[in-house]
Amino acid sequence: MVATSIEVMSGSDVRRAITRIAHEIVERNKGVENLVLVGLQRGGTWIADELGSVLATIEPFHLVPVGAIDISMHRDDVAFRPIVIGAISSIPRDISGSIVVLVDDVLFTGRTVRAALEGINNYGRPKAVQLAVLVDRGHRELPIRPDFVGKNLPTQLSDEVSVTDSGVVVKSVGVVVTMPGSS
Amino acid sequence: MKHLRSIEELGLDGIERILEITKHMAEINTRAVPKVPALRGRTVVSLFLEDSTRTRLSFETAAKRLSADTLTFSVSTSSVNKGESLRDTVETISDMGVDAFVIRHKSAGVPWQMCAWTKSSIINAGDGAHQHPTQALVDCYTVREAFGRDRFDGLMMTIVGDIKHSRVARSNIQAFFLLGADITLVAPPTLLPHDIEHWPVKVNYRLDDVLATTDVLYMLRLQGERMSQGHVPTLREYGEHYGLTQERAERLSPESVVMHPGPMNRGVEMQIDPQDLTNSLIHRQVTNGVAVRMAVLFDVLSGEHSPSNVSLISETL
Repeated sequence: MVATSIEVMSGSDVRRAITRIAHEIVERNKGVENLVLVGLQRGGTWIADELGSVLATIEPFHLVPVGAIDISMHRDDVAFRPIVIGAISSIPRDISGSIVVLVDDVLFTGRTVRAALEGINNYGRPKAVQLAVLVDRGHRELPIRPDFVGKNLPTQLSDEVSVTDSGVVVKSVGVVVTMPGSS
Repeated sequence: MKHLRSIEELGLDGIERILEITKHMAEINTRAVPKVPALRGRTVVSLFLEDSTRTRLSFETAAKRLSADTLTFSVSTSSVNKGESLRDTVETISDMGVDAFVIRHKSAGVPWQMCAWTKSSIINAGDGAHQHPTQALVDCYTVREAFGRDRFDGLMMTIVGDIKHSRVARSNIQAFFLLGADITLVAPPTLLPHDIEHWPVKVNYRLDDVLATTDVLYMLRLQGERMSQGHVPTLREYGEHYGLTQERAERLSPESVVMHPGPMNRGVEMQIDPQDLTNSLIHRQVTNGVAVRMAVLFDVLSGEHSPSNVSLISETL
């Protein structure tokens, strides 16, 4: 087994992608009025915070509330997912009638987003929900599509994608092929 | 964790884990719709063979908020009245397919005995004078919340009243000791257990001596049914020496808190109306009871087949 790590985005690529997504959010919604950013615990929260500060420079007279949602209790595989200490939801205000932008680092199977869609309804009925992700790595298992994407990244199912503010790294595990007859 | 039967079995790691999960549950309880699907498809039966208001109702509320199905067993309308034994009752309910029993019984050790009769998880909601682990977890969470700290080192906890017959005292002493608190028991000698010298506590017979240095004043219910057994001369005399009066409340430090697991005897151990206390946590205890019991049910039931898969990861990113 050979493991290789490839940096597919640098720290400044990540910053630029976040800035572009922020502009796309403003463009799509014709401003930031009525907008609420909600980061998915744990990986989406810092990106939501970053998006919030970029939005504040684009539209300085409207402060966009930034919250976080913990979806561990809404997952369909709750038994296999650990609870992360301190990753607790904080939704900044009543979101009924708001446009909620869910923010996550990596979009993979879509199950996390499904859980977040269900979780968000516990706080009220948003006018619309949009999805922003830094990396879309494919392999969806549910009919879920992002509205804002930092980078589309074709991956193997077995790859691991890690996103931090210093870059995006894909770790691939080499596949060992066993020929018939060899032992 | 498969069962929650005692604080001793749970251990410090288990206490920490449940209290962490409780924070998530407390947040759920603040939502417009305080209900999550985490335990969908699980069935919890509450088997209370002793009276209860808050423990039973908070367990049932907790189960419903996690989307588990609940069955309530009440002795007065069951076949126990026809002489059916506890064993047959448990086996019958178990055959219907339940995932957890929440059991309260007047005899110590019943939760352990039940494990021989059913493969379901057992949660002890009070067994005789032995253990009441969820109450201790509620109280630990409430003190953490009130003092804003996770460990209780240097905190002076004073437990007043009928220690001898109190399962709450036994569970609380174990839990608070594990979290680092200094514990003083205050009671007349007749209401202290005979092996008290082996407990990690100090003992004082006079409440007035310890009021000024107490951080957490924990009042226990004086069980009226003990009166006939000569443990206390009269309720009035007991209240005189061990009751919380207005005058005693004024001598508590302003940073201290007062707790009571309920139900309280007004005019006996609670001579003061709790509403007149500025530092009472009694309502917080009841509110937190739901979140803590949600955490316990989640921890016990959220595994696929062996309900022990709940783990905590500290910080991965």
